[in-house]
Amino acid sequence: MRFEWIVAWRFLREGGLQTALIIIGAALGIAFIVFITGFLGELQRDIVQRTLGVQPHVTIKPLEEVARPLRQGDARGSSRGDAPIVLSDVQPRGQRLRSIDQWQAAVARLRENPDVRAISPLVAGPGLVTRGDSNKSLSIIGIVAQPYAAVTRLDQKLIAGTLQVDPGDVLLGRDLAEDLGVGIGDTVRLSTPTSPGDTYRVRGIFDLGAKNLNQLYAYVGLATAQALHALPGGVTSIEITVDDLWDAQRVASDLSLTIPHRVESWIQTNQQLMVALSNQTLMTRMIRFTFGLVVAIGVASVLMVAVVQKTREIGILRAMGTSRGRVLRVFLVQGAIIGLIGAVLGCAVGYALALFMSGVLTSADGSRLFNAHLDFRLYFFTTLGAVVLGVVSAALPARRAARLDPAQAIRM
Amino acid sequence: MNTARTAAPIVSLSGVHKRFNEGLPNETEVLHGIDLTVEAGEFASLIGPSGSGKSTLLNLLGLLDRPSAGEYLLKGVPTGTASDDERTQARLDTLGFVFQFHHLLPEFSALENVMLPGLMRDGAFTPANRASARELLAAVGLSDAMEKRPGELSGGMQQRVAIARALALAPDLVLADEPTGNLDTHSADEAFALLRRFNRERGCAFIVVTHDPRLAARCDRVIELRDGMIERDGPVASATDAPDPKR
Repeated sequence: MRFEWIVAWRFLREGGLQTALIIIGAALGIAFIVFITGFLGELQRDIVQRTLGVQPHVTIKPLEEVARPLRQGDARGSSRGDAPIVLSDVQPRGQRLRSIDQWQAAVARLRENPDVRAISPLVAGPGLVTRGDSNKSLSIIGIVAQPYAAVTRLDQKLIAGTLQVDPGDVLLGRDLAEDLGVGIGDTVRLSTPTSPGDTYRVRGIFDLGAKNLNQLYAYVGLATAQALHALPGGVTSIEITVDDLWDAQRVASDLSLTIPHRVESWIQTNQQLMVALSNQTLMTRMIRFTFGLVVAIGVASVLMVAVVQKTREIGILRAMGTSRGRVLRVFLVQGAIIGLIGAVLGCAVGYALALFMSGVLTSADGSRLFNAHLDFRLYFFTTLGAVVLGVVSAALPARRAARLDPAQAIRM
Repeated sequence: MNTARTAAPIVSLSGVHKRFNEGLPNETEVLHGIDLTVEAGEFASLIGPSGSGKSTLLNLLGLLDRPSAGEYLLKGVPTGTASDDERTQARLDTLGFVFQFHHLLPEFSALENVMLPGLMRDGAFTPANRASARELLAAVGLSDAMEKRPGELSGGMQQRVAIARALALAPDLVLADEPTGNLDTHSADEAFALLRRFNRERGCAFIVVTHDPRLAARCDRVIELRDGMIERDGPVASATDAPDPKR
């Protein structure tokens, strides 16, 4: 292959401006592909994280209770007319607040799964918060601070106080604290349908990024919540963070095979969001495909022109003893070189573009909408793809070059 | 190198016809039954008026085209049924080409142009290849111009590079198509003298297509084509009006 590389490289180098232009064109196309791929990935991750708030990637819940009627209606009997007609009405059961059966065993099972990064058991149920004359209904959630923070990054969402849920402590959302007029160190009364409740001291105030969420949750210690919700020793759900956000559904399916509980991923519980994201991904794919196609057509047309320009040289090479296969490969290699250089430049420009845009695009709270970072996996596959694309684009010109009749080509 | 190949002539054509546009209404036969033998080390000129079929015959000899009928043995090996790759390999191993318009590759220096056949054979620029290319360029008097691109050389110099390139792999037969047709008299004489010298020193056979009767007279053998047939084939008329030593 050395011969092919040497000749291909010389041909490209002699192409001068023509070669420079097509490489710049390819680099810009690839830069845009790299940028939009990285941008979309970051943006979607950001959207999901903001939208999900404290929703975990995967949630384990007890199986729903279903009513099992002791007596089934006999359709055949009633149609004959001689059997007694049975009037029955099976009503679905209301779902009680229940603990996950043998949840410690389930947690042990979950730990065995390599995709699971963090596990947090919790107790959640309805309750009431009271301070003076004001009452607010809310969800009282009992957590173990450390694992819960690992799953939901609640520690990063605290705007005041500390993530501390010892007995007698409570964490409130920003908007709820404002509604109640409480701050760090103040006390509120929490009560539930099953417990008259007690007073708790506000240890921390958090902001989940959405007003309704900030009004909805109050965090207490796991044991406290178990007492309030009358579920001693139990947990109502187990929340899980997995390694890859987009892989949550597969992990959920895997997990559902190992434990006898309900397993739901964020993808199932946020169908609308997922549909919006998929459409976004589809659009981006189309844009990327179009850019790739434009680059390929550009490379093909430039090489086609090069074949015409170099007809005589190809004829000489053929006459001197260069086989058709070698001439073919000389042009395929040119496509590969254009793809390779274009990809390397394109990745660099794409990263620069991401750096620039991350400074320009900000979200509602003034923070960066996405962070530019070096994604070597993306660069690797982009480069690989660009080289393949270059070779494929060169196929037509290369075939044409290889088919030139040397006797005629020399006379050109 | 040329002592062992007494068995078969380099070129042996028998009853070779060449038709263009075969099977079409405008079919034309350019060569009508050519019989030709060229032995190792011969120095022959191929002359004839325009349209007599010189270039067509040279293309056939150079394995750039296939005869419509008849047989062509190159070093005793039939070429009629050879695949394109086999013919390409035979061109690389056995033949050298010198064209009228030099046809050097402008992307490569003079030295690299001479090294190209070696690059094709070995797949890389080897030191041995470089050494022999330097030697050849020195032999054609271009020691000072080795690193120059063809565009920086005069026509005569370019043709000398082309001659060196044709000889790079020590071919058995060099086919030269009007090698001096595009040069001034002085450069033409120089280039022709080089061909003769390589013929004498290296023993490879030459077939030189030329319009110039002066040059034809300085060859050992003249093959004259007229209307697609060999009209005359024999040694140069007399030794007296064409002195054998160059100039």
